[in-house]
Amino acid sequence: MGASSAFFLRQRNRSVILVERDLIGQQASGVNFGNVRRQARNLAQLPLANRSRAIWGQLPSLIGEDAEFLATGHIRVCYDHEWIDSLEDYVQNAREYGLELEMISRKGLSARFPFIGPEAVAGSFSPEDGHANPRLAAPAFGRAAARLGAQVLEKTEIVSIEKTGEDFELVTADGGCLRAPAVLVTAGCWGGILSAQLGEPVPIVARGPQMAVTEPLPYLIEPVIGLATNIPEEAVYIRQVARGNVVYGGGLRGPAYPDIRRAYVVPDNSVSQFSQVRRLVPALACARVIRTWSGIEGYLSDDLPIMGPSAHTAGLFYAFGFCGHGFQLGPGVGDVMAELIDRGASTTPIEAFDINRFSDAEQAA
Amino acid sequence: MASSQVIIVGAGPAGVRAAEALVTAGLRPIMIDEGTCDGGQIYRRQPTGFVRSYKTLYGTEANRARNLHQSFESLRESIDYRPETLAWGLWEKQLYVSSGNRGEAFDFSALIVAGGATDRLMPVPGWELAGVYSMGAAQIALKAQAVAIGRQVVLMGSGPLLYLVANQYLDAGANVAAVVDTAPTGSRFKALPLLFARPGLLAKGISLAARLRFNGVPVYRGATPLSIKGDASNGVGSVRFRSRTGSEREISCDAIALGWHLRPESQLADLARCDFHFDPVTHQWLPSIDTDGRSSISGVYLAGDGVRLLGAEGAEIAGRLAALAVLNDLGHAAPVDERVRLRRRLDVMDRFRRGLAVAFPWQPAAVRELADDAVICRCESITAGDIRETIRVKGAVEVNRTKALCRVGMGRCQGRYCSDAAAEIIAAETNSSVEQVGRLRGQAPIKPLAVLTEQAGTITNVSP
Repeated sequence: MGASSAFFLRQRNRSVILVERDLIGQQASGVNFGNVRRQARNLAQLPLANRSRAIWGQLPSLIGEDAEFLATGHIRVCYDHEWIDSLEDYVQNAREYGLELEMISRKGLSARFPFIGPEAVAGSFSPEDGHANPRLAAPAFGRAAARLGAQVLEKTEIVSIEKTGEDFELVTADGGCLRAPAVLVTAGCWGGILSAQLGEPVPIVARGPQMAVTEPLPYLIEPVIGLATNIPEEAVYIRQVARGNVVYGGGLRGPAYPDIRRAYVVPDNSVSQFSQVRRLVPALACARVIRTWSGIEGYLSDDLPIMGPSAHTAGLFYAFGFCGHGFQLGPGVGDVMAELIDRGASTTPIEAFDINRFSDAEQAA
Repeated sequence: MASSQVIIVGAGPAGVRAAEALVTAGLRPIMIDEGTCDGGQIYRRQPTGFVRSYKTLYGTEANRARNLHQSFESLRESIDYRPETLAWGLWEKQLYVSSGNRGEAFDFSALIVAGGATDRLMPVPGWELAGVYSMGAAQIALKAQAVAIGRQVVLMGSGPLLYLVANQYLDAGANVAAVVDTAPTGSRFKALPLLFARPGLLAKGISLAARLRFNGVPVYRGATPLSIKGDASNGVGSVRFRSRTGSEREISCDAIALGWHLRPESQLADLARCDFHFDPVTHQWLPSIDTDGRSSISGVYLAGDGVRLLGAEGAEIAGRLAALAVLNDLGHAAPVDERVRLRRRLDVMDRFRRGLAVAFPWQPAAVRELADDAVICRCESITAGDIRETIRVKGAVEVNRTKALCRVGMGRCQGRYCSDAAAEIIAAETNSSVEQVGRLRGQAPIKPLAVLTEQAGTITNVSP
């Protein structure tokens, strides 16, 4: 979020300093599944997701790299017939936001996506969604921002932010001080620490995605596959990269420790995922996993991010806590926040993500 | 001390001697062995039905090997031995293993990791051709399957194994076209003071080199590998190197064994979150232990070549010491004098270890001089140029970041055979040291794990 915001702010000729405690794109940005997906999002996110999708398609001309984005489509299936109505409702609702989805029957699945397991009874297909390489995207935006003149300070930790008069004063761990009339907090899971310092605490918790990758396999799975279900351990998601490795994740989450910036894959979860992956794509029974990994994602209680202006401090903005589904939104968030900061308003609605939804709740409680 | 379950990973010299000490104290350890039967790599047993003698298989080490195998036989009934079982993961005080497609998790009070070592490799242009093996693999092909890796074999690299395997191939009747040692001339003399710590081993080493000469095997010292030549259809055809006088040589061969001594298999220690330290002598990261094998994590003990390369005899001692430490920590009486004696033996062996590193050095300069088109990561086909470009253009200065951006180390071997070289290249490109460049972070599974793996028992939900 930070790297893309810096890039788009520079495009609008705003002076930008991008500050990162470690290296750009190491936390949630770099460890996530790589889903570039609009389907199945909370409807309030669709305008933002649509705007972001348009940027994904233009990455090469914008930042000079494509981050391995492939518009392979996204197929969301269900095992339980009771989910079919839900999927159909979503197809209808999404259409109103300009997202065209297609319901696919069991016969259709067998014809078009024969690698999907026999337990799937129906699916919803989003042809323009796809996937990309999360290791590459944020660093690419960071480099593009730097080429446009953003001042990028990596390995620089902000220990405090304070508004004094017209400007914000940010103190760094090595005793330095940065000053600016506007601040955008894109600190992911740690954004809540900064927002609390600024008088706007939010109930954000850290969770670790449980990710795995197989050895390279003959290319078989074109679209990204997801499962609609209420059963947590069933909810795995699968994609195959051009080189042939299959990346998957989901099911139960693992423990994450933001204090030490470590999160872990629980071996039990890995084994549980194996059985779910075999259900969703039986052909993967022949595969071997060569690595697992986790990372730190920030979750808000209502599964929506914090995005928008501060509720009570002028010049202060937030974009953090994307609840494990921020990767696709990254370019759009940067574009919208840049617009918001530059012009005072954004053409894309983001009120649903306002930080004051938590202060209101606290006042009510 | 109610029911203390101790698990040993590894059935080589360290693992077997550890088991022996525990059984004597009345415990019944679980022994996890990736192999089909005991012996580890050095005393690897031949398949059933093969009839080669101990002398043929293990040469001068025949007695030690027999001794170890016999010790294991007498332990067999007193331990829970799990062959063909891979320890792939760790969580708190549980070890995750799989055998075939059956997964299991074992609780432990103490874990002794004695997983041994693997080959240490340096990239040579062309090493991705078919017909290139590691030194250890060349030895195992002979020991375990009674086959040579080719009809005209060149062994290239440096280290005691280079001479040992060459002799073993010679004795087995294989055609050794040449032995190419990259150690600079004079390095062995420089190492003598340290190598004298174990005069018997030193003598053995000298005689191995002499035997090759005596048998007409060309031995080149102070050599600089240039390239391995061949093609995709036929694999290796020849190897080019520069001799110590500066002249270029090319030797025809259909197989090459490459090896620069060994590197510890320390992935389980990494998963257990043990501290590591950089060993400047051998230019590699090693898990840290106290004098008896206690790691920085309570309940996790490390022994054998998986910690530092003291060889088989050192592994036997280290295994015993680690087991005595376990017993001590579990509240059993511990023989103080014996431990002092064993530690002293290990100190002597460590002196020799350091001597080997001088006699058969890892040469960073050789890696740093590799051309851009040299393949560094064979699993992913990443070249030296790819890595250098990632550093220059994308600003990576550390090994995990470099991996994330250019895929070096992302393949099946998970960096075992490329990370040493990759670190040298990053250090050269960023003008820093290999230590600063960092160590590839390990993750489960430590070796590829089948998606077919099933584990009995409930799936625990640990999400908040």
